[in-house]
Amino acid sequence: MRGVEPELQPFWDARAAGNFIGGGSGTGLLLWTAVAASTQAMPLRAATLVALVCIAVGLTCVWLEIGRPWRALNVFLHPRTSWMTREAIIALPLFALGALAVLTGAPAFAWPAALVGLAFLYCQARILAAARGIPAWREPALLPLIIATGLAEGAGLLAIIAFVLTLAPGPAHTGVMLLLVGVRGWSWLRYQRTLARPGGAPLKTVQALSRESRLWLPLGHYLPAALLVVALLMPTLAPALGAVAGIAMLAAGWRFKFALITRIGFTQGFALEHIPARTPGYARPGVKPGWN
Amino acid sequence: MTRYAMVVDLRRCVGCQTCTAACKHTNATAPGVQWRWVLDLEAGTFPDVSRTFVPVGCQHCDEPPCEAACPTTATKKRADGLVTIDYDLCIGCAYCSVACPYYARYKVTTSRPAYADEPMAHEHKRADPGMIGVATKCTFCSDRIDYGHAHGLTPGVDPDATPACANACIASALTFGDIDDPESKPSHLLRDNQHFRMHEELGTGPGFYYLWEKAR
Repeated sequence: MRGVEPELQPFWDARAAGNFIGGGSGTGLLLWTAVAASTQAMPLRAATLVALVCIAVGLTCVWLEIGRPWRALNVFLHPRTSWMTREAIIALPLFALGALAVLTGAPAFAWPAALVGLAFLYCQARILAAARGIPAWREPALLPLIIATGLAEGAGLLAIIAFVLTLAPGPAHTGVMLLLVGVRGWSWLRYQRTLARPGGAPLKTVQALSRESRLWLPLGHYLPAALLVVALLMPTLAPALGAVAGIAMLAAGWRFKFALITRIGFTQGFALEHIPARTPGYARPGVKPGWN
Repeated sequence: MTRYAMVVDLRRCVGCQTCTAACKHTNATAPGVQWRWVLDLEAGTFPDVSRTFVPVGCQHCDEPPCEAACPTTATKKRADGLVTIDYDLCIGCAYCSVACPYYARYKVTTSRPAYADEPMAHEHKRADPGMIGVATKCTFCSDRIDYGHAHGLTPGVDPDATPACANACIASALTFGDIDDPESKPSHLLRDNQHFRMHEELGTGPGFYYLWEKAR
């Protein structure tokens, strides 16, 4: 039987996390690929293809999670204004424009694909914000964090792809990565601080966030920031250092989203505004078990 | 207008779970699924402690977050305030489940009887394969309410048109009815007692009212 205190939500598992992981990394990569391809010789086709694969894998993950996968088309046949519906509908032009960019290699298609990708990423962030049964997800400070981590993962992934293809993404991209590490770290601290305030979240959520922070901040932010600073100072090492920083940014982002869905997502729990007077007895102030 | 709601007198509930059993029997929900259940909430520190039994379930909200989250049109709010699920449209994404602050929704992926391998009579009669892999929750026994309307009965007054949990309550702690009707029993109870709704700060407008003290 379900208890009084907040419990870890049992509805979404790693497959749902996979959608946020693939969607964030893929749409972030789409954007930075369009930027890089417009300013220097970068492998637009390969990077865009990787981005589309990431998004497709994410959507496949969530398709595998739903209870009636063969009814998935109902999202299109019976649409409404849910952010999940919007995400699904936006995926259609996203893949169409992305496929055109892969086929033609033209930034003229990469840019619209990147902008639609941003809309897709925004939908994913709003999906979590609308999950009002999970205090850690509905917190408004999560929205910029989800977007920041998607963009940071995409920038990291582009640095990895560039290194594999023996290309140099350039100091501008290294600077963007450094900026994104800073923005993501700041967004995280803001998110954590907001949830830790009295009444901000269940105690178990705050404790889980604290545990994740031990890994998330050093490996996902301090390490890549240090590597990127060295890369800016030593341009000959920049591709390799950028790739290592990219791996750290990517891995941390994936780990965060996995934890957000499967470790941090505690339910609201139950509360009483007043404890009733029972015979014999008297009314008492209310209780909200499991909250700080 | 009609707005069906449940009024729960926290001073009367004894935590017997008869409502839970009645709901399970009426709706033949799967093992582990309890559309209506009663929390046993202990508070305070010894020797000043209290124990309150709190019936919970779908609150049939005015602004149901589950309806806003549903990516199809499976979850809908009826004109009489009942929030329903069309099992044929639901894709089982469970987005509604994480959108519900009352932890009221369930999804089971396999059908199995509560005891042994053979379904009991009520499970045999009510088991619906369409409820596997989709979201389910308390319906306020909408089929009974609809039956009542079709046969000139009044929900909350006539047992055949009243949710099974309210019918079964041994302490008259659960009272169902139309709170837009000033003469209904729930309306009288709300006028005569101080009450609150759970998690009202979330703006859902739940249709469960908890009585905790006489009106001043």
